[in-house]
Amino acid sequence: MSEPGDLVVVGAGPAGMAAAATALHGGLRVTLLDAGPEPGGQFWRRPVRAADPAARAAHPRRGRRTYRALCAALSAHRRTGRLTLLTDHHAWTATRGEDGFTVHAVDRSRAPEETDVALRAPALLVATGAYDRQLPFPGWDLPGVLTAGGLQALLKGGGVPAGARVVLGGTGPFLLPVAAALATRGAEVAAVCEASGPSAWLRRPGPLLRRPARWAEAAGYAAVLARHRVPVRTRTAITAAEGTGRVAAVRTALLDADGSPLPGSERRIAADTVGVGWGFVPQLDLLVTLGCPLADAGDGSMAAAVDGGQRTGVPGLYAAGEACGVGGAALAVGEGRLAAVSVLADLGAPGRPNPRRLAAERAAVAGHRAFARAVAGAHPVPPGWSSWLTDDTPVCRCEEVTAGAVRSVCADGSAADHRQVKQLTRAGMGWCQGRMCGPAVHGLAAPGQPYAPAERLIATPLTLGALAGPGEPPPVPS
Amino acid sequence: MTECTVDGEPLPFVPGQTLAAALVASGRIAWRTTRIGRRPRGVFCGIGVCFDCLVTVDGRSGQRACLVRARAGMTVTTGREDGDE
Ligand SMILES: Cc1cc2nc3c(=O)[nH]c(=O)nc-3n(C[C@H](O)[C@H](O)[C@H](O)COP(=O)(O)OP(=O)(O)OC[C@H]3O[C@@H](n4cnc5c(N)ncnc54)[C@H](O)[C@@H]3O)c2cc1C
Ligand code: FES
Repeated sequence: MSEPGDLVVVGAGPAGMAAAATALHGGLRVTLLDAGPEPGGQFWRRPVRAADPAARAAHPRRGRRTYRALCAALSAHRRTGRLTLLTDHHAWTATRGEDGFTVHAVDRSRAPEETDVALRAPALLVATGAYDRQLPFPGWDLPGVLTAGGLQALLKGGGVPAGARVVLGGTGPFLLPVAAALATRGAEVAAVCEASGPSAWLRRPGPLLRRPARWAEAAGYAAVLARHRVPVRTRTAITAAEGTGRVAAVRTALLDADGSPLPGSERRIAADTVGVGWGFVPQLDLLVTLGCPLADAGDGSMAAAVDGGQRTGVPGLYAAGEACGVGGAALAVGEGRLAAVSVLADLGAPGRPNPRRLAAERAAVAGHRAFARAVAGAHPVPPGWSSWLTDDTPVCRCEEVTAGAVRSVCADGSAADHRQVKQLTRAGMGWCQGRMCGPAVHGLAAPGQPYAPAERLIATPLTLGALAGPGEPPPVPS
Repeated sequence: MTECTVDGEPLPFVPGQTLAAALVASGRIAWRTTRIGRRPRGVFCGIGVCFDCLVTVDGRSGQRACLVRARAGMTVTTGREDGDE
């Protein structure tokens, strides 16, 4: 058990880094932990040291100054001893007691060896980010089909393009930087299939037009794609992947207004690699475990419900970044700062930013959030997505439960949500505990309603050795 | 270039790379089969969420190749069904 500090921050992405820096600046003792090897999160994922310059080029210029400033602030506070930075630490559960929170984490810095550590503090900030939302389609479990984020993570973090000829599909602005990074790195991007129509943005001009920087960014990716002659096909979805042992081609189709494939519009595109993402799902495991109330994020998922200062409904518990709804790195940084200001106020710490700066930060966050909502509105999951499933399409990759099995328990009325489907079919019962199939199973069982994950006590599977480690005994599942 | 051992063969990697990145760089995209349908699985989410990429590292099964960074001298075995004990 370590010395109790004032604040534990789980997740060192843009949100967690910004929160830690602001809290440290205000005089608090902070423990910042992340499952990854260094701070940065998904957006500021550091390339491997010896990776070639092209891999570095895949790195966002946007926000690089913020990143450097945050790194400098965190390093300075490590030297003063007020920041404890724990990388390769995966928080797997948290409990709340009378004097605050205890976060249980496994230290994997000497993997595969694992040690349990317990961290205590009166305040806890969860900034665990999000992961790509997946919708199954025939062949999506073929090797070579990855999530769009997975392609980006291999490229940014590992310097490795996963294949030579790539097709990307799904919806949302995130497909563009992935396509641009792959093209820059020499992969042939045969198509980007965006399910939304080009006019979707025009229906929500207000918040979108108010953020010229984001337009410039989109234009930058578009220029890269044009230079590499990457075709972007709108109102188009990948409806199947084909191949034996590895994907060899995808089938795409134009979508009608509700997202069903238009008969006769099918094409076959050869590809050895496919990247798919339908927006992001907030990573809520620790928050759900702590009883944090959720709210509809407006993009098909539930996210942590927070007030204007990022306070959740649980006293002492704060959330920032994509865990509160997906909105990009700049919003995550702003939310992180606002959360830390609330922690400073709630703990009665002396150092707080001046009111004018705070008001400006609040306004910036509100602007980014309005932008994020508008983007989500322009890139919905098409309601007709399930029409491209065949009965033998696996929905749950872990337990290999098919769409037919899920549909039959929904059709006969025995399952009304993903929890009931899980009990009846085992979908969501495997290693990933429904993180991958949950949103899709939910979409089949309760279409049109936002997805809320089931409670998962252990956010990461542990070896028994770690459970019996030197930390505090973990809570017993009841 | 440094090397670790995968299924008895040397696997080169760049320091800092995960096992998954090193495997993909070497041309391997799948390295285990599922328990029921014997379907091939490799890297899918790339960030530790999906558990498709499980390998055994220095005798410990159930390790996610996309999270574990390759180290010189590491011994990795692949192909176990679902990384089960
Ligand atoms: C795979 C992937 C790639 C992405 N790439 C890009 C990109 O290239 N460009 C772009 O604009 N946006 C990208 N995004 C979107 C990106 O998530 C956001 O823009 C931004 O990074 C959000 O910041 P955040 O701080 O909320 O979360 P993240 O940056 O996701 O940070 C969350 C951090 O929490 C850690 N964490 C999560 N759970 C635990 C736990 N239980 N214990 C310990 N640590 C934990 C994670 O390791 C991670 O470092 C990507 C998203 C994903 C999922
Ligand atoms: S690829 Fe998903 S957990 Fe490793």
